[in-house]
Amino acid sequence: MTATVPPKAPTFLGLPTAPRGVGHLRGDQSFPDAARGALRDGQLRANLGHATSTIRGKRAKVVDELPDWAQLREAGRALKAATMARLDEHLEELERQVTARGGVVHWARDANEANEIVTRLVQATGTTEVVKVKSMATQEIGLNEALEAAGLDVFETDLAELIVQLGEDKPSHILVPAIHKNRAEIREIFARTIPGVDPDLTDDPRQLAMAARTHLRERFLRARVAVSGANFAVAETGTLTVVESEGNGRMCLTLPETLITVMGIEKVVPTWRDLEVFLQLLPRSSTGERMNPYTSTWAGVTPGDGPQEFHLVLLDNGRTAVLADEVGREALHCIRCSACLNVCPVYERAGGHSYGSVYPGPIGAVLSPMLTGVEDNASLPYASSLCGACYDVCPVAIDIPSILVHLRAEHVEAQERPTAEAVAFRGLSKVMSHPRLWHLAQRASRLGRLIARGRPTLPNALPPPVSGWTRSRDLPTPPKETFVESWVREHGS
Amino acid sequence: MKVALFATCLVDTLTPSVARATATLLQRLGHEVVVPPGQSCCGQMHVNTGYRREAVPIVANHVRAFAGAEAIVAPSGSCVASIHHQQAAVARRAGEHRLADEAEELAGRTYELSQFLVDVLGVTDVGAYYPHRVTYHPTCHSLRLLKVGDRPYQLLRAVRGLELVELPGAEQCCGFGGTFAVKNADTSTAMLTDKMANVLGTHAEVCTAGDASCLMHIGGGLSRLRAGTRTVHLAEILASTEEAVTPDQQTRPAVSA
Repeated sequence: MTATVPPKAPTFLGLPTAPRGVGHLRGDQSFPDAARGALRDGQLRANLGHATSTIRGKRAKVVDELPDWAQLREAGRALKAATMARLDEHLEELERQVTARGGVVHWARDANEANEIVTRLVQATGTTEVVKVKSMATQEIGLNEALEAAGLDVFETDLAELIVQLGEDKPSHILVPAIHKNRAEIREIFARTIPGVDPDLTDDPRQLAMAARTHLRERFLRARVAVSGANFAVAETGTLTVVESEGNGRMCLTLPETLITVMGIEKVVPTWRDLEVFLQLLPRSSTGERMNPYTSTWAGVTPGDGPQEFHLVLLDNGRTAVLADEVGREALHCIRCSACLNVCPVYERAGGHSYGSVYPGPIGAVLSPMLTGVEDNASLPYASSLCGACYDVCPVAIDIPSILVHLRAEHVEAQERPTAEAVAFRGLSKVMSHPRLWHLAQRASRLGRLIARGRPTLPNALPPPVSGWTRSRDLPTPPKETFVESWVREHGS
Repeated sequence: MKVALFATCLVDTLTPSVARATATLLQRLGHEVVVPPGQSCCGQMHVNTGYRREAVPIVANHVRAFAGAEAIVAPSGSCVASIHHQQAAVARRAGEHRLADEAEELAGRTYELSQFLVDVLGVTDVGAYYPHRVTYHPTCHSLRLLKVGDRPYQLLRAVRGLELVELPGAEQCCGFGGTFAVKNADTSTAMLTDKMANVLGTHAEVCTAGDASCLMHIGGGLSRLRAGTRTVHLAEILASTEEAVTPDQQTRPAVSA
């Protein structure tokens, strides 16, 4: 942790948040510092630009073909809002239904509790290997590290997660964790890390996929325990759902004897028919497909078919604190489609690692600071030009720009000592609310004419914070007279 | 119609020619223009930087300055969007319910220039003449918050002599974002670089938009590059005529090298 992190346990609105020292919700650099490095990486800029523009185009095409997209989106928003309003009741119903069907439900207050529960459950089976379905919740809590610390081998089976794991890298996108890598870089990782891989492996996508498939197949067949996340959990039937493209999830969810699912508490939906809405919204928004290739659903345990032991770990890790924020709670509606990442001009240039959290992009810039407490991720709400493209594409209409602005205010209002910026903004507030002071201040801005010495723009070398502007853009020399002054002079007031 | 002109703090202080052009245009269309001298700022910069409490007195000043106006027009999509979407909310959050109601009521009579021309006045041909190759950048708040749609294009297409060229990647943000441009200067500049590349790729002489703030950003970057392409506000183009009815209209680059 950096020295700037306050020593007391983090909270948000007075409620406990995701604890420090575990999981991947906090970076070790502020966003501007991390982005400065990433922006210099031409390969990264090219990879991200290509990948995000391709997926943006695919999404736009399949969304435009649905005449009722606006109504679907509103239905998704309304369902999520109604579910959150009675989240406790839906979760207890889910617990009853999962238990009635032979599953075991565990409640995890935070990342540490969830990691302990899963580690204990895996160890109880006597195995030393775990196969994993791609899951944001387990990335959030750092489950792989916890299992490895207990001497267990963890194998990611999603192709992109596998690339990240083999490359000892970090995910940089919610849906496509290796989006920052191109084919040539992936070939290099596979050639270096997969035992017995074909030495003539090329960067042909099919060849790369087949190499991963051969590598993974062996692990699917011998695995006795799988760990997954969940896209949705239906309270009324106790049904868990995972949607995916590759079939690795289906392997993990059906072949092993024991299945452990770690799910954020916000993933519950009340009824089976709610899936009708979300299974249309999600694939079109995430992969730009009309329907995802694999939708797996299961409820408890079915004798003689699939895993004979099923555990569901319900994870809070700061979500209750988010729910307490009447503006920010909308962020819990997120279905992790990542459409907002793909349209975000900041994400496209700075890349996912700059956010320091497993949740990057616009949704990450609101979710991460609320899960950790704003002060532990204070630069993230400012990592946006507020262009609003994220809100436009969000399939459940999360007003991300408004939450960003709200969290900026939460950060400002949390400061116990006034910052130089706060002093300036408070002064400016007084000036802008008193016309006489405002006109004096406008006149004072004309001092800029002295340093411009007759040139139409001010000099480049100005002190901070103006230097942040003038390093790359010229600033016009202030005019002799404001518009209001000249108008009053001509017309009287 | 009697139109109260809200110049906006940035235009009034740094690019007064944009407000002058707006007034000239509205007068040419036969309307009376008044400029309430007590005006300053809509409060958006404070709200968006996290100073929502400090924005409340600024909102109060704005409401005082424009009280009783029949219609209020501003040459800025961003400021009008803030008036529509933020002013009442910050006042209400601070417990100033009367101010919030007044701000809401005033917002109902506040228009961005292109919306006022097309929707309220019902004109698309404003009688302008502007013999230049022009590309249009739809600023984010005009596009996504106000949903001005194709109104600026309708207005530009009706300008005599003007050659309108399509801007590739038009809907991508230019990277201004208020204090974002300073707090995240590197990312902002990366966005600006791509925007400028697209602008220069059109070989337009002029890049126009409905927001002086975004134009100051794009224009400031183009000026630094000595690119030759200049930024001119939509109001300045629409105010231009063969007779140059606006003698003090800035025909030089908005920010020149």
